[in-house]
Amino acid sequence: MAILSQDEAQAILKKVISFSTADECEVTLNGETGGNVRSARNSISTSGAVDNVSLVVESRFGKRSGVATCNEFDDATLRRCVQRAEEIARLAPESPEYMPLLGPQQYSAAPQAFAKSTAGITPDYRAQQVGASMKICDEKKLSSAAFLNDEAGFVAKRNSKGLEAYQQITNLEFSITVRTPDGTGSGYATADYNDSSKFDAAALTRTAADKAAMSRNAKALEPGKYTVILEPAALVANSDASLLQALMGALDARNADEGRSFLSKKGGGNKKGEKLFDERVTIYSDPTMPEVATLTFSGDGRPQKKTTWIEKGVVKNLYTSRFWAQKAGIPDLPRPSGWVMEGGTQSLQDMIKGTAKGILVTRLWYIRPVDPQTLLYTGLTRDGTFYIENGKIKHPVKNFRFNESPIIMLNNLEAIGKPVRVGGNLVPPLKIRDFTFTSLSDAV
Amino acid sequence: MKRRDFVGLTGLATGALFVPSIPGFGNGTSVDTLRLLDAADDPAIKKRLADAALNAAKAAGATYTDVRIGRYLNQGVFTREKQVQNIVSTESYGAGIRVIANGTWGFASTNIVTEAGMAKAAQLAVAIAKANSVVQKEKVQLAPQKGFGEVSWKAPIQQNAFTVPIKDKVDLLLNANAKALENGASFVNSVLFQVNEQKYFASTDGSYIDQDIHRIWPTFGVTAIDRASGKFRSRQALSAPMGLGYEYLIPKAADKIAGPAGSDVFGYRNSYDMLEDIVRATKQVKEKLTAKSVVPGKYDLVLDPHHLGLTIHESVGHPLELDRVLGYEANYAGTSFATLEWKAKGTPYGSKQVNIVADKLQPGSLGAVGYDDEGVKTKEWDLIKEGKLVDYQKIRDQAHIVGQKESDGCCYSQSWQDVQFQRMANISLKPSPTKMSVDDLVKGVDKGIYIAGNGSFSIDQQRYNSQFGGQVFYAIDKGKITGMLEDVAYQTNTLEFWNSCAGSCDASDYRFAGFFNDGKGQPSQSSAVSHGSSTTRFNGVNVINTARKI
Repeated sequence: MAILSQDEAQAILKKVISFSTADECEVTLNGETGGNVRSARNSISTSGAVDNVSLVVESRFGKRSGVATCNEFDDATLRRCVQRAEEIARLAPESPEYMPLLGPQQYSAAPQAFAKSTAGITPDYRAQQVGASMKICDEKKLSSAAFLNDEAGFVAKRNSKGLEAYQQITNLEFSITVRTPDGTGSGYATADYNDSSKFDAAALTRTAADKAAMSRNAKALEPGKYTVILEPAALVANSDASLLQALMGALDARNADEGRSFLSKKGGGNKKGEKLFDERVTIYSDPTMPEVATLTFSGDGRPQKKTTWIEKGVVKNLYTSRFWAQKAGIPDLPRPSGWVMEGGTQSLQDMIKGTAKGILVTRLWYIRPVDPQTLLYTGLTRDGTFYIENGKIKHPVKNFRFNESPIIMLNNLEAIGKPVRVGGNLVPPLKIRDFTFTSLSDAV
Repeated sequence: MKRRDFVGLTGLATGALFVPSIPGFGNGTSVDTLRLLDAADDPAIKKRLADAALNAAKAAGATYTDVRIGRYLNQGVFTREKQVQNIVSTESYGAGIRVIANGTWGFASTNIVTEAGMAKAAQLAVAIAKANSVVQKEKVQLAPQKGFGEVSWKAPIQQNAFTVPIKDKVDLLLNANAKALENGASFVNSVLFQVNEQKYFASTDGSYIDQDIHRIWPTFGVTAIDRASGKFRSRQALSAPMGLGYEYLIPKAADKIAGPAGSDVFGYRNSYDMLEDIVRATKQVKEKLTAKSVVPGKYDLVLDPHHLGLTIHESVGHPLELDRVLGYEANYAGTSFATLEWKAKGTPYGSKQVNIVADKLQPGSLGAVGYDDEGVKTKEWDLIKEGKLVDYQKIRDQAHIVGQKESDGCCYSQSWQDVQFQRMANISLKPSPTKMSVDDLVKGVDKGIYIAGNGSFSIDQQRYNSQFGGQVFYAIDKGKITGMLEDVAYQTNTLEFWNSCAGSCDASDYRFAGFFNDGKGQPSQSSAVSHGSSTTRFNGVNVINTARKI
């Protein structure tokens, strides 16, 4: 029963609200069905399946709030769940940051967020895709480790003030690391989609396999400042922190106003409206965009609308909680689900062609904050790092550790390529000058 | 955003952005706090349910089956400044069934913990194993394991944290916040996490194991801001997450351990004085605003156990996990430089002073359990002896690869709904067998830095090159602490680092660092692990300055 229709979901939610005796009541249904397969050494290692629907009830008496959940939907269970939320609310301390529940909202449609193809994936489909991938590596005498995960889900919300929301969403993600048997070469590829019919494990496997073979016998370059071409997977990661996500995660109005953000101003206030990046940097969010369609409402029921965060290098908007928006008198913008960095038309190959000397980076890894004041992060290159000379890849190079801030990086912009989807975002490859590598790593 | 992340931001986690990273919090059902005190189900009932799964799996064609029926209880109390942000109590109950069929693993889980529900999940696990066996090449080989019959193990705690009234916990955190604000902090957050895992394990080897495990983690972050310059700094708590009950929060003088003279650092062993630590943290965070920026270069580092635990975790714990060594984590966490071939060469991992053990036994540690999640009795074993790598961490399906007849007992799953796999045991550096105080250790350092508390950390996918920060840094000049430093991080190579180890303090300085959320696997799972050590010196380490202009 994991994917309930809008009518089925709202019927349950209406019933739950009818049981409420609280001042305010908001109920949310989440359903998910899907599965995953993991492989290593060209063989399947583990696999799993998910199938779950759960109900969250939030009851409020004045400024006191209580939450209870259940995953059975008979009347007796639903009543008990509401009663428990109300009992917890009565015992809770008053919230000084209380905000009344939202009333009815208008949400955009994002039909491409859900694809029947993905919702219909079977264990056989997963085994077939991963099997095709492993076969390629067997034939090339390379060793692969991969992960395929797909899920179909829905979110439905309703509250006692008349808010009503419903959306279905699907996602498939695949990543693969291919290594040479002697351990001297490693390559990586990843992709994610709403619609699994676009997915081709074999094509991604070939990319990773080519990089593995190309990255053998890497030469050491001195650490220092280099022109780099960062592939999209080096800018945003599916499963780790990343430089661009770090930047987007720092656009919080409250932290900026409180003086603990790179966006805080000396003496108070924040830097919204200031030009902090190269004028070619424009980042916006739009949950209805077909390539990266996602939920059009946030967890608290606010609409997710098309919003420009950075325009021509200028910080245009900061996201915020409803409480802080009211207190600070600023626009009430929720944190976006995904975002789009505007790019150019150049392919990665075009960007390499236009580079006299530089380093091509497939992926950055183990990225951790060093200094929140400057948004300085450290991490390492991984799974395919190459020296470019006169527009051509000359040879693989040993991996580097970097210490760099996305703020500095987006001021040292040389070129922007054509965006591709990574982790539900659209991210272009970027050519950056003076990117700071601080030491070498022997890791392959 | 992935749908799962979205769920973490809906009602259940209102205001509690810390919550999703804690095992069980994201999956558990929110419950009344009193529910956390309900007794675990009778083992006799769980045995009947487990047998239903074991029988169903066998009938469907499994050659091996294990069943984990788990009740996972979590509570988090979240505050900032003068207010409670959230109190979350969750319960998650269900069963995970793992089988081998056609020589291939299969796993399925269910929250319908009835005989019929268990049997259905067992059949699904067998079906998944059979489907995957079509593309399987290496058949699973399990190290033999004798059955223990019906046994139990309970963590030796003094006070179940769930029996302490919420009001007492809120009072403690708000008192701590008040002390920080009184002493000039700009902002303060404090949090108390508590976990109870009630786990029942049964397998076709004939084991029926009932276990009760507790963990606690009080922590805070104090921020100081100089509005005029726009500079801000923070200092986190020097508490350790522990495998203890609420007794960890009742400070005892004997558990307080002084850092070197002149440093104003105190560490904590088996109990923690949150109020004292937060006052000291506030003083230190203000000092950090004006502390001297470090001159980069080579320094002898003196690392306190709270800091060193993280370096041990990253540069010894992870590279010596046999699944990483063999390539099973290549697509996510990575592999390891310490391959079987590398070990055979006998290259020193560290200096003679480096003796590192793995264990799942030390009382009060996060890793301590009676039996692991595949029914193996836990133990202690050597990983590095006098600088030489002697062993890895491995579980039942890996032991044969290194010619071992038994598992090390370090298999773990974060919940009933995730499959168990090899996870890090407690990995600890043995203290000096001869008497050595922290002042004596510092006395011999001509130009050095004393670092307390773990901070920023990053290491490559084969565990060679790492970079670590800390909470507080003090310059050492000619054997004496001379003042606070800022903008410090050290970059090192694992083998150079451990070979530069010049000695540790004795057992009187030994204590744990711990981590609630060690991530590994796809989908990623969290595991909690402790690392014991005493303050240790490393010579000639490369220190960088992390300050930048933007």
